[in-house]
Amino acid sequence: MWLYEKKLQYPVRVSVCNPRLAKFLIEQYGGADGELSAALRYLNQRYTIPDKVIGLLTDIGTEEFAHLEMIATMVYKLTKDATPEEMKQAGLGDHYANHDGALFYHDAAGNNWTASYIQAKGDPIADLYEDIAAEEKARATYQWLINMSDDPFLNESLSFLREREIVHSQRFREAVELIKDSNTGKKIF
Amino acid sequence: MANKPLPDDYYQRLEEIQKIDFTLVELNLYLDTHPQDLEAIKQYNTFTKKAKELRQMFEERYGPMIHFGHSYSTHPWAWIESPWPWQV
Amino acid sequence: MDTSFRKSFEPFISRFDPCKPIPVKYYETPPQLYLGFQPEGLEQFSPAEALKHGTLWPALYAPYSNPYRHDGK
Repeated sequence: MWLYEKKLQYPVRVSVCNPRLAKFLIEQYGGADGELSAALRYLNQRYTIPDKVIGLLTDIGTEEFAHLEMIATMVYKLTKDATPEEMKQAGLGDHYANHDGALFYHDAAGNNWTASYIQAKGDPIADLYEDIAAEEKARATYQWLINMSDDPFLNESLSFLREREIVHSQRFREAVELIKDSNTGKKIF
Repeated sequence: MANKPLPDDYYQRLEEIQKIDFTLVELNLYLDTHPQDLEAIKQYNTFTKKAKELRQMFEERYGPMIHFGHSYSTHPWAWIESPWPWQV
Repeated sequence: MDTSFRKSFEPFISRFDPCKPIPVKYYETPPQLYLGFQPEGLEQFSPAEALKHGTLWPALYAPYSNPYRHDGK
């Protein structure tokens, strides 16, 4: 089972009410390479991955939910108290018509989240290579978001999340080495 | 507590927990692929103790952080009280 | 091997390109591409620095800023 803890992984701060940025950030909420995809991908693949890397998939998958909550917090703060007119001006009129100020799992272009964003092939190498690619794609998305954001506080949170993709990618790369060869786990690739 | 601003002390204590907990996340992921690293395990156990202490002090002031029997409650039931993490 | 974290290339520029050309394009090649299986006992950040940097290990830290902006933001 899982436990909920009443705290964010990182202290998210946002400088100004800016619904337009929220429209872009939602990419990492319900987009193909977003945090929801990541969490569901790893926590689903773990049932059939070799035992020695189940712990890693469980832990990274769990951390992804903490990142999902960070993105939600950013979107929530950026749009909180925005008027319908401000939402419209921010390009969020389509979102507002369906959801008011509620969050929803779609990407920046409004496409609803779908399970076809993720895969569980049952082949450990195929799955771990997908996971590495997913981390690199998420890292790239954070870079493009940082390029578009001029909110210094928000960029601190986005930089934190981008760095987490680097660390996760590193661990998945190590996981590949662990299952490639079953001995000590100390090897150079 | 709905509309009472939180004191600086809340944010400071919370951030102290976030620092230690983050170090624990990092050591945990590292140990998932380096299960034999004794020094890292010792460090993990030391930080775990520290995290428990900080969490206990925070909870005495600001209420339970974890549900389902992992934190004690005052009366009335404290878990449902605002603020939630995305609100602060 | 060039283990710096930012690389660049210069795409062909046609005299018929409608937008103002960006002569140099950049891409990131962060440390996980070079570290290999992480050795034991690597230097660590303090807990406060680790949270700020997003990692406990300086060897995995690779900050990012917009390469097309020159005011450092």
